[in-house]
Amino acid sequence: MLLLNASGCLDALTAPDVASSFDVFVTKTVTPEPREGNPPIRIAETDAGMLNAIGLANPGRDFFIGQTLSRLVRTIDIPIWVSVGGFNARDYAETCEQLDGDAVAAIELNLSCPNVDEAPESAAEIVAACRSVTANPLYAKLSPHSWNLGETVRAVEAAGADGVSLVNTLRGMALDARLAPTLSRGAGGYSGPALKPVALAAVMAARRATQLPIVGMGGVQSGRDALELIACCATHVALGTVLFADPDASARVRAELIDECGRAGFERPDDAFGVALGIVARMAN
Amino acid sequence: MSKPRRERRSVTAVEAVGPYVLIQVDRGGIDPGVPGQFFMLEAPGRVLPRPMSLCLAPRGELAFLLDPIGLGTRALAALERGDRLHVFGPLGNGFRLDVPRPLLVGGGIGIAPLPYLHQALDRPPAVLGFRSEHHAEAAVLVPNAEVVIDPVYVTEAIPHGRDVLACGPEPMLEAVRAIAPAAQLAWEAPMACGYGACYGCVVEIEGKLKRLCVEGPVLCFS
Repeated sequence: MLLLNASGCLDALTAPDVASSFDVFVTKTVTPEPREGNPPIRIAETDAGMLNAIGLANPGRDFFIGQTLSRLVRTIDIPIWVSVGGFNARDYAETCEQLDGDAVAAIELNLSCPNVDEAPESAAEIVAACRSVTANPLYAKLSPHSWNLGETVRAVEAAGADGVSLVNTLRGMALDARLAPTLSRGAGGYSGPALKPVALAAVMAARRATQLPIVGMGGVQSGRDALELIACCATHVALGTVLFADPDASARVRAELIDECGRAGFERPDDAFGVALGIVARMAN
Repeated sequence: MSKPRRERRSVTAVEAVGPYVLIQVDRGGIDPGVPGQFFMLEAPGRVLPRPMSLCLAPRGELAFLLDPIGLGTRALAALERGDRLHVFGPLGNGFRLDVPRPLLVGGGIGIAPLPYLHQALDRPPAVLGFRSEHHAEAAVLVPNAEVVIDPVYVTEAIPHGRDVLACGPEPMLEAVRAIAPAAQLAWEAPMACGYGACYGCVVEIEGKLKRLCVEGPVLCFS
């Protein structure tokens, strides 16, 4: 099991020590053109999570490949996954093609950002377009909105994905005292503790559809949360919103995970892999 | 600049200052930093910590002034002596102190960083604006400050030829900047992380977005 940061939740150039505490660093999403992101207000805390409408702020593909990536390689000594975004399949494919090289360990295709307009093509079509131009491992980051997640997972696997990452944020909204949306964009991506049950169900649904590696994420605050994702068949686990409150979360979660394994009767986290799915399968029979 | 540290510290005192609340925690290994820098305070029961500029740095302690109007600030205001919370800082860029004729300007809860700044600059003149007499009780934290109360605004009490260092609500900062373009202004925005991870804390100034936790919170435009 690898511990990753969730894309969008960490900048390794401003917080290299935090990034280096993971097994893999996942960049913020890179788009073809530079994006300043959405105007303020971009974030709002809710009762059991937070909303963000950052809007994929990033320096654009050319600057990222020309400058940011080499700085990242010099700054951190762990594998780098690049999160790639776009507004149509060609955007994604062109960035993937230009990212081929030793500096990139894998590409995560952000197919589910709730804060920008969606590409007209399906997730599978975008994966296929990228597959045809890159030899890098491709992870498809999917939304939990779909009621038929299994079908989407099978489709992106058939299109050439090497793994899936889920879940991205859910679209949500908060209102201020005057009953106006708190975020300037109205809605935003909902993350944090409230997302964990959604993530557990999504990871299990995805596992029923594929044997590919799954990076599980969504509301992980503790080692217990990470263990639950593993029990639902996550191969790897990523931390997102918890990093905002606790930059030391990766070390804490690792330590807690060992303790929680012992408490649940497992020697290692990987020994708990799929335990919950096994119980569900037995109940069905 | 001091390296930020995150430690679990104990509350040593909580006291009301007008409608505001001054919380003191023991300092441990955390450096107070320079005036205008801020700290992320764990708000009990909340998902996100809250950014608070340092108000005072008594020996061995850190003191924060907050206005308990939201869920996070109310949770912080409800802390009691002996309670523990994570404190992370100092973060961001504070005020430059190399100014020959400083004048401190604060509005409402925006006076929070000024007591520490007032001490660091050897008690320069200050103008503080509040919305009521009750709120103005917080002026006690900046000795000898001139106090104005709504409908009088701080901008009416700023003399020419001073190096203005200000903190307050956005309309006040814009008004101050209009009459003192070189002013150092401490801005505020909702913030999730405080250390450059979330990109949430932008403010829009002259059409440009500034990330307050890494570019600010103190900004100067000339």
